[in-house]
Amino acid sequence: MSQAAPAAAPPDGPPQLPEEKLPPVTPLAMLSLGLIVAGGIYLASHLPEHVPIGPAAGLLIASGVVLVVNVMLLAGAPTFNWSLFTGVAKWALLAYVVIAGMIEYVFVKDGTRGAELVVLSCSLAVFAIHVPLLIGFTVARFQPLDEPGREAG
Amino acid sequence: MEAGTLAPEVRPPAPAAPPAARDFEIVPRVGLPIVAIVIGGLIAAIAANKLWALEFFHVAFGAAWTIIDLFLGFVLGPILARLSIPARVEFTTRLMPKMLLIMPTVVTATLASGWQLGHYLGTIYSVYPNHGWIVASYIVVGVMAVIALGLLEPANVAVLFELKKERPNPAVIQKLMTRFIYTAAITGAMQVATLVIMTKVATS
Repeated sequence: MSQAAPAAAPPDGPPQLPEEKLPPVTPLAMLSLGLIVAGGIYLASHLPEHVPIGPAAGLLIASGVVLVVNVMLLAGAPTFNWSLFTGVAKWALLAYVVIAGMIEYVFVKDGTRGAELVVLSCSLAVFAIHVPLLIGFTVARFQPLDEPGREAG
Repeated sequence: MEAGTLAPEVRPPAPAAPPAARDFEIVPRVGLPIVAIVIGGLIAAIAANKLWALEFFHVAFGAAWTIIDLFLGFVLGPILARLSIPARVEFTTRLMPKMLLIMPTVVTATLASGWQLGHYLGTIYSVYPNHGWIVASYIVVGVMAVIALGLLEPANVAVLFELKKERPNPAVIQKLMTRFIYTAAITGAMQVATLVIMTKVATS
């Protein structure tokens, strides 16, 4: 098992970035968010008509798959500060559940129902999970391991 | 800039000594009641479905969102890029915690009230004559959301955690601040598109 590179600046020489080999969590998260945003725009742009739900559902499923892949890749990372990740992500999750809840409330208040509501709700769920994951990852990737040698998962 | 020089001095990007750790709150708790009041007011405005309340939230918070993005992207960002590392650290530890509360609140209030306002006025429906402009606004907001949520906000939080460390790594701060400055410039540029779209919709 490889040890984490020191995150703090070395006493001599120019400071270095920690050279962890971590999965591409940020690009995958942006891809996932882009897919649900595209699905949301597709649905919103056709209101109040009922449009085929297939394209939006397809984009949502693709986004969900990217989320699952992202979580699996991150879980397999050999060295990662999981305690800091969890500490940050849980509070970010709370904040984004409130934000997603506000948006959901507006959709329900406006009478969105049926398959459209299901797709929008699931899209908000992906959003409310993926953004905290990304925030937690970005914070934890630059921090040293609190328990050296701890395995992910 | 040193005294006696006329040309602006561009500081070299390479960081020198590690900045000292600082004592500050990453999320300023004193601001949480204000956020709660805004969210409560937003819920009340949507539940009441009154034109003035919805206009107030959408216009006031939308204007704040646009102005903050433009100011950060085109005024503060370039200034920040030319500051020395200690000056950046000083500025960042004072600005970023506040931004962590301000931006999500402002964005949520703008979007939620905007959607309800569009429902009230009928502008979100495909029969609206300027529907194309409304869809364009969805696309602009969507792109801004992906950039802000995927790059800008995580960098904001991560740089604050780095600055809280006993020995912050200047290279990490440099990398995250560079990301912050570039993404702020991109969202600032997209806010110009928002201004064009919203003024077009409001005057049609």
